[in-house]
Amino acid sequence: MTTADTPLVASDRDSVARLVGFGTFVASLLVTEAVIRIGWLNRFIVPPPSEIVASFGRLFTEEHIAYRFFFTAGECLIAGIMVTICGIAIGVLMQRYKLLQRSCETWVAAFASAPLVLTYPLFMVIFGRNAWTIIMMGFLSALPPVILKTIEGISGTRKVLVNVGRSFNLTATQQFWKILFPAALPTIFVGIRLGLIFALINVVGTEFLINFGGLGQLINDLAERYDLAGTYAAICFVILVSVLFFMALEKAERWLRPVD
Amino acid sequence: MPPDPVARNAILVAEDIIVRFDTPEGPLTAVDNVSFEVRQGEFLSVIGPSGCGKSTLFNVIGGLLSSHEGIVSVAGETISGPHKSIGMVFQEESTFPWRTVTDNVAFPLELVGMSKAKRVERARHFISLVGLDGFENRYPGELSGGMRQRVSLARTLACEPSILLMDEPFAALDEQTRLLLGDKVLQIQQQLKQTTLLITHNITEAVQMSDRILVMTYRPGKLKRVVEINLPRPRTSEIVGSETFGRYVAQIWNDLREEANRGMRDEEQNALRQEEQAL
Repeated sequence: MTTADTPLVASDRDSVARLVGFGTFVASLLVTEAVIRIGWLNRFIVPPPSEIVASFGRLFTEEHIAYRFFFTAGECLIAGIMVTICGIAIGVLMQRYKLLQRSCETWVAAFASAPLVLTYPLFMVIFGRNAWTIIMMGFLSALPPVILKTIEGISGTRKVLVNVGRSFNLTATQQFWKILFPAALPTIFVGIRLGLIFALINVVGTEFLINFGGLGQLINDLAERYDLAGTYAAICFVILVSVLFFMALEKAERWLRPVD
Repeated sequence: MPPDPVARNAILVAEDIIVRFDTPEGPLTAVDNVSFEVRQGEFLSVIGPSGCGKSTLFNVIGGLLSSHEGIVSVAGETISGPHKSIGMVFQEESTFPWRTVTDNVAFPLELVGMSKAKRVERARHFISLVGLDGFENRYPGELSGGMRQRVSLARTLACEPSILLMDEPFAALDEQTRLLLGDKVLQIQQQLKQTTLLITHNITEAVQMSDRILVMTYRPGKLKRVVEINLPRPRTSEIVGSETFGRYVAQIWNDLREEANRGMRDEEQNALRQEEQAL
């Protein structure tokens, strides 16, 4: 067999894919830069990528993006804790009481796909223009997936595991904590991951809409000042944070899921 | 036979068990008037074709099915639910995937509030008994099907039940693994003098391990015959090559063939009926 015939091993294929992905990204930036500099694309609509990259430094020094990041992260954390506690509790109750599940599950599923961000004026009236409005928007949008996945996880517990519990004479509480909940945990975590992503999107979106708080407000401010390079840089920062956040959650989920 | 079960050294007695289910086609009798007893230290198998109500009987004796007629008693005490004297090993894979082998086996010990050090020590003893030394810290997902069934067996043995109740525990395994695991179960049963009730559809497995075999009819499941297996103990899977073993297998197959045929015809008729209804 010649070297050319040697099949690529999986790790080689991964490296090539990563290289091609990165290369495509750099190439698209270079093409955008060239198109703007030639004048085919108006720089007052899309600033050149080089200017966006150059603005990152001033986002830290002048716009205090690190502080704003921690502000948004704090809001997401509070919304995340609230949604984990309430979402799982509601899901467990709905799974336990079938009437509740039959009557409410369709509504919860409908809420999962509704543009809940539009309800922000209601929360402004209730909480005022402050962090609680933002947290509640994040919490509300994250709730449906956590509830639905909790119901799915507990209902999907294999019958034989429940029977093992029964054969050991477990009480209903022991059956829940020792069998149903751990068996459902990987599915519940999928719901929490989805919920936290929805929460992050809605927190930043509401910050933007009510011009208060962290990263969303920064983007709003920069756009109001027509600082296009800064606006795009801040948007890139939010996307980067979201990607890293998503990757961290995926890693945590893999760690939680037992070997199949 | 002495009339008193205690005098006959019976630890488990099932009397006149009848189980009926409501189905869309009307009431179905799954188990019909089945009575038997298991003696202290005995290895008893219940064998029958698919659909004869073996697993239903397993659920009745294990206390998982309460809607039945008749009485199940353990050491003279009538039971109406899962009983601490009966340890169950299920047909499906039933280890907890989120627990290591040690934690799986220690599960029943944790429930009775045993200290961690003590339960780990006890769990390791039973892990060793089923031949899984070196796998204590592995998760079930890292083990083969046969190893997972041994973890389930060790978990059940860890609570030291008076009666070990097994529902086709090797059904999902290949023939070689099944024979070797059979050896392991026999070895443990002989070592612990464990009273065992095995539900199976595998004739070889039943003859290899049992002192007595109860042969059941196809639906409704009734007792057709009781076969005493007079093969020397201790036994291993090597016994499957002996002439006497072959005679027992042939005898039981003669009983079962008619029932299995009846079951097959019944299933074919059901399939045709469903097809006609669908048309």
